Amino acid sequence: MCLAIPMRLREVCGELGKVELGGVLREVSLVLLPEARVGDHVLVHAGFAIEALSEAEAAETLALLGEVMAAEAGGEDGGHG
Amino acid sequence: MAEEAQAALQALLRSGDAARAVLADIGRLAARTGPVRLMEVCGTHTMAIRRAGIPALLPPGVELLSGPGCPVCVTPNAVIDRAVALARVPGVCLATFGDMLRVPGSSTSLDGVRATGAEVEVVYSPLDALRLAEERPTREVVFAGVGFETTAPTVAAVLRSARARGVRNFSVLCAHRLVPPALDALLARPDFRVDGFLMPGHVSVVIGSRAFLPVAEGRGVPCVVAGFEPVDVLLALRMLLAQCAEGRAAVEVEYRLAVRPEGNPHAQALLAEVFAPEDAAWRGLGEIPASGLGLRADYRGLDAARRFPVEPEPTREHPGCRCGEVLVGAIHPPACALFGRACTPARPLGPCMVSSEGTCAAYHRYGF
Repeated sequence: MCLAIPMRLREVCGELGKVELGGVLREVSLVLLPEARVGDHVLVHAGFAIEALSEAEAAETLALLGEVMAAEAGGEDGGHG
Repeated sequence: MAEEAQAALQALLRSGDAARAVLADIGRLAARTGPVRLMEVCGTHTMAIRRAGIPALLPPGVELLSGPGCPVCVTPNAVIDRAVALARVPGVCLATFGDMLRVPGSSTSLDGVRATGAEVEVVYSPLDALRLAEERPTREVVFAGVGFETTAPTVAAVLRSARARGVRNFSVLCAHRLVPPALDALLARPDFRVDGFLMPGHVSVVIGSRAFLPVAEGRGVPCVVAGFEPVDVLLALRMLLAQCAEGRAAVEVEYRLAVRPEGNPHAQALLAEVFAPEDAAWRGLGEIPASGLGLRADYRGLDAARRFPVEPEPTREHPGCRCGEVLVGAIHPPACALFGRACTPARPLGPCMVSSEGTCAAYHRYGF
């Protein structure tokens, strides 16, 4: 029930926005995220944007995963060598 | 977030290579910790874990348990019975999330009462329920307000809007539940032991990761807030095992993309404006202090329980149903004699088999 889907915010008009998912625009309330801006990637739950996803944190998660995978690849090479 | 970066991250969080690398780390950490029991408290995690087949990929000593993380499942029969009784009131249209429809109450479900002529409408958003009220001025629209902290602010927003616009034929059956008090209640049980909690990502978007500090720092149980892709869950398990291996208990966030320590201040302010915490009953856990949300004085006119003083039937539980034990992690679903035999998703006897996020439904669908 706590499912929330990331969608791109395409339009903002006061407390209402339009988000896009799979090429379809749907209306979303911005009452819980008044700072949302066009272009934000927002989490939508039950018709409300509840948070904007952080680009910086996405980059950090990508970097962390890159490190884990590199370490694992390195470890495997060592093991075989 | 740039669209390419977002797509790249999502692909990596679903990739087998990333999963294998994190699992290798998990294996090394599990060798240091010995057997551990880790509990998730979120129905969306239950489904994500089972769908990805994660339990079978983990080292044998790492046991995953499901806790009281499915709002529909923890809702006691008395609430379902009240919703059914409200739906039977002439002139009432009962609006509900689809998840609630087939949950059995003492003698019937909302779906059952709809089949006998009651007006029950499934909505995607509480906004749709308010819209129904405005479109049907001769009906009394009652919204079944079920859900954790993720959902409660959306209902609060709709209540504020209904009050501001003077919508007179709209009310809410308030049955929201709060996660941190349930964790307190679990941890207070003498027979309860877990080595770490995988904390719900979208509840945490609203309340913030710091809401779990009492669990980590007060009770000494490691906490990691997790996202919902398979590799998100694995990364969070790795973080939990690292805390266990190092003898630490802290609140850490794997789902940093969306979760801040302080949460969403607008959602919190709206919750505080419309609702006040009150004692509430949970299936499996009983009455827990300050674990539900009642309406504040300014909003009591929108309380369906006050507007329609119905007399729900006496509460009756199915005698063999062990959902209460499943919800506190005391048993895995296959330990219930009804599981997969008398109780299936097509003919569910307990809520954990009905809800799309119920633990029994997840085990039945994805195996164990």
